[in-house]
Amino acid sequence: MKNGNNPGLAQARAKSIAKAATVFLLPALLLITIYIIYPVIDTFVISGYKWNGISSDRIFVGMENWVSLIHDEMFWKSFKHNLIVMVFSILLQIPLGMLLATFLDAGGKKFNIFKIIWFLPYLMSSVAIAFLFVYALATNGGIVSSLATIIHGKKTTIDLLGTAPNALYTVIGVMAWQFTPFYMVYFIAGYGNIDTSIYEAAIIDGATRWQYIKRIAIPLLGPIFKTACTMSLIGSLKYFDMIWNMTQGGPAGSTELMATYMYKLSFQQFNMGYGSAVAAGMFLLITAIALIFNKAFKVKEEY
Amino acid sequence: MVNSNMSDADYRKSKIKSRVAWGVAIFFACIWLLLTLTPFFFMIINSFRKQFDMLQQGVFHLPDPWYFKNYTNVVTHGFFGYFMRSVLVVAVSLVLMLIISAFAAYPLARMNFKLNPIIYALIVAMMSVPMHVTLIPIFKLTTAVGLYDTLRSLIGPYVAFALPMSVFILTAFMKTIPKEVEESAEIDGCNRYQNFFKMILPLSKSGLSTLAIYNGVSMWNEFAFANTLLITPERKTLPLALGQFKGEHSLDIPIILAVLTLSVLPMITLFIIFQDKLVKGMMAGAVKG
Repeated sequence: MKNGNNPGLAQARAKSIAKAATVFLLPALLLITIYIIYPVIDTFVISGYKWNGISSDRIFVGMENWVSLIHDEMFWKSFKHNLIVMVFSILLQIPLGMLLATFLDAGGKKFNIFKIIWFLPYLMSSVAIAFLFVYALATNGGIVSSLATIIHGKKTTIDLLGTAPNALYTVIGVMAWQFTPFYMVYFIAGYGNIDTSIYEAAIIDGATRWQYIKRIAIPLLGPIFKTACTMSLIGSLKYFDMIWNMTQGGPAGSTELMATYMYKLSFQQFNMGYGSAVAAGMFLLITAIALIFNKAFKVKEEY
Repeated sequence: MVNSNMSDADYRKSKIKSRVAWGVAIFFACIWLLLTLTPFFFMIINSFRKQFDMLQQGVFHLPDPWYFKNYTNVVTHGFFGYFMRSVLVVAVSLVLMLIISAFAAYPLARMNFKLNPIIYALIVAMMSVPMHVTLIPIFKLTTAVGLYDTLRSLIGPYVAFALPMSVFILTAFMKTIPKEVEESAEIDGCNRYQNFFKMILPLSKSGLSTLAIYNGVSMWNEFAFANTLLITPERKTLPLALGQFKGEHSLDIPIILAVLTLSVLPMITLFIIFQDKLVKGMMAGAVKG
């Protein structure tokens, strides 16, 4: 007899499943509630107060922080920097990663050494990369300035991180150095997922390796291309570690991003009420942009 | 014969063309190789210099003499402590995270109950919450429960933020395990809990190991929570060691470069040993998009 034929038995079974599911899910749901859901809500709550983060008295100010946020030039400037970083990340990291992957896919095993070395930057943490490039790009004893000195034959300094318009683009360059390997490996995996019979059929039909890549493989990579763009987009909007350790948003706020601005307000100036408003604003902007992007490009699910 | 001559010429032409194309490609490949390696080269050779030799000798010259004291200085001045604290936090967080996410993935993948799709959607949606948004409330919470400035304060956030993606991946993974596995276990008298520990968990090993690598690397490198929740140097983790050493030796660049080299070394060693597995693990985050 099937369980469904006996309502009492089916009910008992459903009950025991519900009990087991609760036991198994409880720890995860508890942690997610405490450390993700509650904090997100609390960020919005704190944004209604004036609070230094330490003393127990906090003053309710209503929408005051939000009104300041909307008129805060520094916040919108940071947001603009985030958008610049986003555009250049997508324009640099993804095509470069794609080119490197194409080279490796076309070249086969004999270029393995390229693959290994190209991957190295992604093994470094953002913090380590920040420190390394502070010294590597320093005007005194840095790589670029030393090279310029050798080429010029006399002491030359190129200030990449210390002056306003340069710094943001320098940071974008360092990000490309860090993340291009990630997209390279991502696209290598994409090439690897294409059925070998497609390649064989193309070769039998007289296509060269290059024609195969250009006409067949790259169009087949379309969906993972979109996923790569989404990753880069969200990653650039919440970028923090490297900038914080490299420039702290400076010089003169020229590399300030939403996350560094929030951190500075909250944990250096201890203006946590307003810092929370910035964090909440950042959350709303990131969510909105991600939704718009997904709608506009209808990223297909591939699993 | 004209025809065959033509195609012969064409063939030769296309061969030359492809040779030229490869030449150009290899040229650019080497440029990217140089761009990748130069900062590493700079870091390593300059970490073997005395403080003032860097500017006098030029940064591209090999050190003369090779100076090893930077490394002994770093190792005897607390580097090992930072390293061990990081090992401890990552190990505890990782084990907890793997158990809890496997727990959560099991009913989501293999049990039929009303709330299943809602809970699954809720957990998956948490993948896109940026941790920076939670920083102030978590700081508040940590001070309120008296965990501020302890290593333990990091475990909660580390586990919680790794959960959504891990549950997502493990749920997909456990769905691929055939139903018969559980049914035969049930016939043998296993209940759901025994089923999970004896059958499902061992069969999910490869999914778990990928997640261990991905989350292990990101916890190992985690900066923002650690920088917010820890203040005493003797309690800080490895990503904060760089800032700490820089504060103490602000003008001694070679010693900071030695700290950098030492902090990168574990990852490069692991990469050399477990190349493909490590790369695959580090790419697990790609599902986040």
